[in-house]
Amino acid sequence: MRDPYLQVSGLTKSYGSVQALGGVSLDVEKGEFVTFLGPSGSGKTTTLMIIAGFENATSGSVRVGGRALSNTPPHARNIGIVFQNYALFPHKTALQNIMFPLDMRGVPVREAERKARAMLDLVGLSGYGDRWPKDMSGGQQQRIALARALVFEPSLLLLDEPLGALDKNLREQMQIEIKRIQKSLGVTTIFVTHDQSEAMTMSDRIAVFEKGRIDQIGTPQEVYRTPSTPFVARFIGDSNLLPGTVLDPDQGLVRTEHLGLMRLPNRLAAAAGAPVTLMLRPESIHLAGPAAGVAEDAPNRADVSVHTVVPYGDSTLLIGRAGGADLRIRLRGPEADGIGSGAALSVLWPASAIHAIPAHANPMVQP
Amino acid sequence: MLSVLNRGTAAPGALKPWLLLLPLVLFLCAFFLVPLGQVALMSVTEPEFGLGNYAHLTSDGLYLQVFLNTFLTALGVALCCLLLGYPLAYLMAQSSPRVAALLMLLVTMSFWTSFLVRTYAWMVLLGNNGPVTAFLAFLGWDPPPHLLFTRLSSTLAMVHILIPYMVMSLYSVMKRIDPALLRAAESLGARPWSVFRQVYLPLSAPGMVNGATLVFMICLGFYVTPVLLGSPQEQMVAGLIGTQIEEFLDFGQASAMAMVLLASTLIVLTVYHRRFGLDRLWG
Repeated sequence: MRDPYLQVSGLTKSYGSVQALGGVSLDVEKGEFVTFLGPSGSGKTTTLMIIAGFENATSGSVRVGGRALSNTPPHARNIGIVFQNYALFPHKTALQNIMFPLDMRGVPVREAERKARAMLDLVGLSGYGDRWPKDMSGGQQQRIALARALVFEPSLLLLDEPLGALDKNLREQMQIEIKRIQKSLGVTTIFVTHDQSEAMTMSDRIAVFEKGRIDQIGTPQEVYRTPSTPFVARFIGDSNLLPGTVLDPDQGLVRTEHLGLMRLPNRLAAAAGAPVTLMLRPESIHLAGPAAGVAEDAPNRADVSVHTVVPYGDSTLLIGRAGGADLRIRLRGPEADGIGSGAALSVLWPASAIHAIPAHANPMVQP
Repeated sequence: MLSVLNRGTAAPGALKPWLLLLPLVLFLCAFFLVPLGQVALMSVTEPEFGLGNYAHLTSDGLYLQVFLNTFLTALGVALCCLLLGYPLAYLMAQSSPRVAALLMLLVTMSFWTSFLVRTYAWMVLLGNNGPVTAFLAFLGWDPPPHLLFTRLSSTLAMVHILIPYMVMSLYSVMKRIDPALLRAAESLGARPWSVFRQVYLPLSAPGMVNGATLVFMICLGFYVTPVLLGSPQEQMVAGLIGTQIEEFLDFGQASAMAMVLLASTLIVLTVYHRRFGLDRLWG
C-alpha cells in the first residue's frame, strides 16, 4: 500500500499539566488542500507549528514523503509558511523578500531574480517588485507572502489564518486567488482557519478540531451533511440538534424530546432505547401547504410559533418555539413573505434531511 | 456655594498650556541661555573684539590635536559600548519579562551611584597598588603596566558610565522586532546565523545608531572622568577648556573652544535628525 504524502500520527502536546493536543492523526495526499478548522485553542495552530518544526510534540510523529521530520530543524524542512500577519521583512523590498529563500539556498542572484519575478507574475503583482512592504495594502502583502512561501517549491505549504486581517470582500477575492495558485502549482497545502465558510469554499477536505483532537475529517459535503459529533454539526453551518431515543432501529424511528416522532431514511446502527441526537439543517425545513392534511402525530413535521424573523435578503431565518424548544427554519426568497413574529406555522421536512449522531459519538466512526 | 465651585473648576481650564511651561522656560533662560550667550559673546570679545580666538584654534596644532583626540575617544567609547551592550540587550530582549526587568535593574543600578564615586572607584581599582595591577603582576607581568592616567583607564570608565544609555537604546528597538519575522526567516531556509545576519541585525540597526549617537555626544563634552583618569598628554576638549580658565584665565580662548564643541555636537544632532528624525533618539 502506498504511503500518504503527509502522515501525522498520534501527536500529543502538553504544557505542564495542560494538554494542548490529545492524539492528532491524519493523512494528506500529494496535492491535496486540507483545512484545519476549529475555534481558538482547539489545537489546530499547535498542530501546524509542530509540522513546521517550531514546536516539539510530546509524542507522535510527522512524516513527509515517507521521511520522519522530528529531528529536522525548521530551516531544513523545506516547508513554506504564510503567517497570520504575513511577516514580510520590512527592510527588504517585495522582490528581495521573495528572493530571500532562494538566496538562503545558494541560488545564483540572476536565476533567483528570474524565479522571483515569475512568482510576482503568478500572484498578479508584476510591477510591484520594488515596493516596500509598508507601502503595500494588506491584500498585496498577503500575495507577496504567498509568493515568498512558494518560490522555493516547498514540499508543503502551511497557511496560518492568512485571511484573518483582511476585510470581507478582499477575503473572498483572496480565497479564490489562493485556491487558483495552489491548484496551478499542485502544492500540498494545509490551511488553518476558524472561519467555517472559508473552510467550505476552499478545501478538498476539512479536519474539524475540538479540544486538541480531530472530531472529523471529510470533504466539505461530508462534514456538512453527516457531522460525526454535535460539535461539528454546530460549528459548521446552522443546525437544529434534537436529542431523542431510538424507538425502532430497523424502521429508522426515533422519538425526540421536543418534536415527537422522526423517521430516518435508513436503519440505525443503535439498539432500541439508545440515546441519539438528530441533526436537522434549517434550510431543509419547508412550510406545509394549507391543504397538506398531514396528521398531527405523523413523523417529520412540527407546529411552530415564530418569535424571531431575521431577513438575509436571499433567504429568511425564522426562529420559533416547537414542542418547548427553539427550532430554526431558513426559507428561500419569497417563501417567507408575510410571515411575521407571532405567526403560527406548520412545517415538515424530508426523511433524507435528518442525520443521526450517536449520543456518545466516537469521533471518526460514522453512525 | 455653587458659584464658588464653578469658578474653582473653570480656573484651571482657562490656563493656556504654555503657562505650564513658563517656569521651566524662565529657568532655562536665566541659567542656560543667558550664560551661553555670554560665552558666545566672550569668544569674540576677549581679550579683543574679532575672530582672533577662532583663528588661533585653527592655526595651533595643539588644539586640533585635542579636538581630534576627543572625537577619537568618543568614537572608541561609543564602539566599545556597542560591542559590550549588544549581547546584553539581545539577552534582555530574548528573556522572559521577569528576567529582563532584573537585568534592566542591574544595568541602571549604576545610575544610582554618583558618577564621581564611580570614577574614584576606577582610580582605586586601576591604581598602582590596586587589585588589577596586583593581579597582572601575579601573572608575571614585570614591571606591571601603568593603567591609571592613560587613555585606557578613561575609556574604560566612560564606557562603564555610558553603557546603560546604549543598552536601553538597543533594548527598546530589539523589543519591537516581531518574533514572527525570525520564524519566517527560519521557515524560508535561513540557518540561525543567517537569521541574525539578514534579519535581526538590520532590524536592530536603528537602536545601534541611536545608542552610538547618544553615547558619542555625551562623551564629546565629558569632563570629570577624563580629567581624573585620563592621560594628561591626551586631554579632551572639556578638560582643556577647564585648564584654560583655571590656569591661564584665558576666558576668550576657552569660550571659543566651548562654542566649537557645542557646534560639533549640534552638527552630529543635525545629521542624525536629517537621517532618522530627532524624536527617535530617546527610544
